[in-house]
Amino acid sequence: MSRKKLTRRQFVAATAMSSAALITAPYVRGAYAAGKLSIGFWDHWVPGANDSSRALVNEWAAKEKVEVSIDYITSNNKKIELTVAAEAQAKSGHDILQMYTWWPHAYAEQLEPVNDVVEPAIKQNGEVNGTVKYLGQAAGKWLAVPATPGSQIKGPCTRIDLMKKYAGIDIQELYPAGAPPKADSWNMETFLKAAEACQKGGFAFGIGLGETTDSVDTAGAIFQSFGAELVNAKGEPTVKTDQVRQALEYYKKLIAFLPPDAPSWDDASNNKWLISGRGALIMNPPSAWAVAKRDAPQVAEQCWTHGFPSGPKGRFAPYLPYYWGLWNFSKNKEAAKSLLTHLSQASSIEKFVSASGGYDLPAYAKMTTLKTWAEVEPPKGTLYHYPNPHNHQTLSIAASPAPPKIAQQIYAQAILTKMALRFAQGEKMETTLAWAEGECEGFMRT
Amino acid sequence: MADVVVQHARAARTTSARKGGSLHNALRRKSTVAFFLTLPLILLIALFVLYPALFSIHLASLNKSMQKFVGFGNFTFLFKRETFWMVVKQSCIFAVTAVFFKALIGFIVAHFVHNIPAKGQRKWRGMLLVPWVIPPAMSTLAWLWLFDPSYSAFNYTLSLFGIGPINWLGDAAWARFSVILVNVWYGAPFFLIMYLAALKSVPDQLYEAAAIDGANWWQKIWFITLPMMRNIIAITTLFSLIVTFANFDIVRILTSGGPLDQTQIFATYAFRVGIESNDIPLGASVSLFMVPILAVAAIFILRDVNKRGNES
Repeated sequence: MSRKKLTRRQFVAATAMSSAALITAPYVRGAYAAGKLSIGFWDHWVPGANDSSRALVNEWAAKEKVEVSIDYITSNNKKIELTVAAEAQAKSGHDILQMYTWWPHAYAEQLEPVNDVVEPAIKQNGEVNGTVKYLGQAAGKWLAVPATPGSQIKGPCTRIDLMKKYAGIDIQELYPAGAPPKADSWNMETFLKAAEACQKGGFAFGIGLGETTDSVDTAGAIFQSFGAELVNAKGEPTVKTDQVRQALEYYKKLIAFLPPDAPSWDDASNNKWLISGRGALIMNPPSAWAVAKRDAPQVAEQCWTHGFPSGPKGRFAPYLPYYWGLWNFSKNKEAAKSLLTHLSQASSIEKFVSASGGYDLPAYAKMTTLKTWAEVEPPKGTLYHYPNPHNHQTLSIAASPAPPKIAQQIYAQAILTKMALRFAQGEKMETTLAWAEGECEGFMRT
Repeated sequence: MADVVVQHARAARTTSARKGGSLHNALRRKSTVAFFLTLPLILLIALFVLYPALFSIHLASLNKSMQKFVGFGNFTFLFKRETFWMVVKQSCIFAVTAVFFKALIGFIVAHFVHNIPAKGQRKWRGMLLVPWVIPPAMSTLAWLWLFDPSYSAFNYTLSLFGIGPINWLGDAAWARFSVILVNVWYGAPFFLIMYLAALKSVPDQLYEAAAIDGANWWQKIWFITLPMMRNIIAITTLFSLIVTFANFDIVRILTSGGPLDQTQIFATYAFRVGIESNDIPLGASVSLFMVPILAVAAIFILRDVNKRGNES
């Protein structure tokens, strides 16, 4: 048995030929030719809502030949915030991660600018409101892409029957389905009188005074409607102003008509308050109504979601936009941007809204009149005014317009509700203001 | 010459035999074996305790954006904050009160269990340990429902007697009471089991002798039980103090530190500042502030244990 020996010349020649063949060969796309992409989405409250994002991602992945993996991360007990913090520290993890409100600014240095995704989306779907820009943009750069899933307005959800019976207000007349609001009379004074009447009738407004977001968001909108800012856009403390004093005086009057245990409420308490039939109004996106549809249909059919009462400086509604962030340590940025573009298409947005039963709000102006909000029931038109289709209120976030890194701390440490509660519990106005000013000064460290 | 070569070879053999022997002896030595057996644990501790501890010290020395070394800057900043001193005060009240009641209840119940006939004692021991073996995050959720602001089962029961409603988690005093109560409920079985073990090791003859001398029950506890249990009490207290000071889940689930930060303790405040407000260095500094407090407590308690050990 003879064995042919491979000479050095033959080896070199064979290697060179095979390399040349590999380089010049036509590129054949395999099943996952465009690499891998890992996504961390917020785990939606609404049952079945995750299916729409999964379907949209899979549809894109099949077309683009990208291998995708999706994790749905709950926001319960701040899990998604912990994931964001851990990945930012480790500089490793998902390529795309869903972040809400303050997080794009908090991790601005580690996020890939996404102007090439957001600008075409704005051109296609319409302008975004000031709060979306305030939270998602820094020095002209888009830090993250406005996400439809999760974005919400926490406006009033009123019991039609109780409001009519105890406060004499026909909320459907003020906010008629399919038509612009006729809500000039819906202001802070009317709201206060209605709160008193409903409380006396045994159905107090369910507004929390705790340290979780629902309580803080309501406080934020009330403060803004009085023009009260704790820190201005330049980062200067503006606590000791007449506007802040007026807002606190108003809150003190309102607190007298709220449930006595409101200081310990969390984000579930107001939902329970409405669903159990104990309250005439809460400030919430339509999740409480959606649960009531299942658990207490007689309550759901009396719910009407509408605009915030106006104050001396305007009508402000608490708005919490969500974003999709792309880490700058992602290994497949181009594929990620392609996916984010796909998720920002009008057709994708429509699917998100429909799957969430109208809970999710697109950031774009042309996308606030989708048929879902007009059609869902009971009662028909209950969510028509939820996405602010007639722009009759300013969508804002508590603690704005302070620079986001300061505002995040005012928001997370619930300074607004704490001020309101301290003052309502008998602390002197100037003591409360001095305390808040001290806290805000502490938030200015860099 | 040949003799010299032979002697050299013998000497070399002896040296290598001695070397081999010393390695062999070292490996046979109990301390070496013990070291190798504990090595995996030492490595785990280094990885999961030492490294995070050193890393948190590093974090605590950085500025908010974590780009600049500020030394003790975060601590000096904290010392000027009113809320921080409130957290220090509350952490001390929470830990000391909870540990005291855990120890007291554990001591009393341990005596009851000790006096149950041996036959039925096992099931009582098992039942009394239940709060301690349920993950606290789960059991605290059940407590949250009992204290629920609007639908409290406690308030419902009290209302049957015309009492209440009590604002369990919305009133500062009641909220403090509630978090301490749950901590005591969770931690008392640990004291119970430790004290029970200690009680069983006290020789019966001492009690018999005391009884002959006419000692009453209080004198038996004061002059026999307590001195015999002193070391266990000290170690258990220290251990519980550390765990209670570092508690997070109970307060987080029940009150999240509210109302008005009046149940905020070190761990929950560190989370609020570090994660929720995105100031990780300041959060790390809040956590590390526990170290000197616990170190002082540990020195005092352990020094006392050593003293008694030497006396005995």
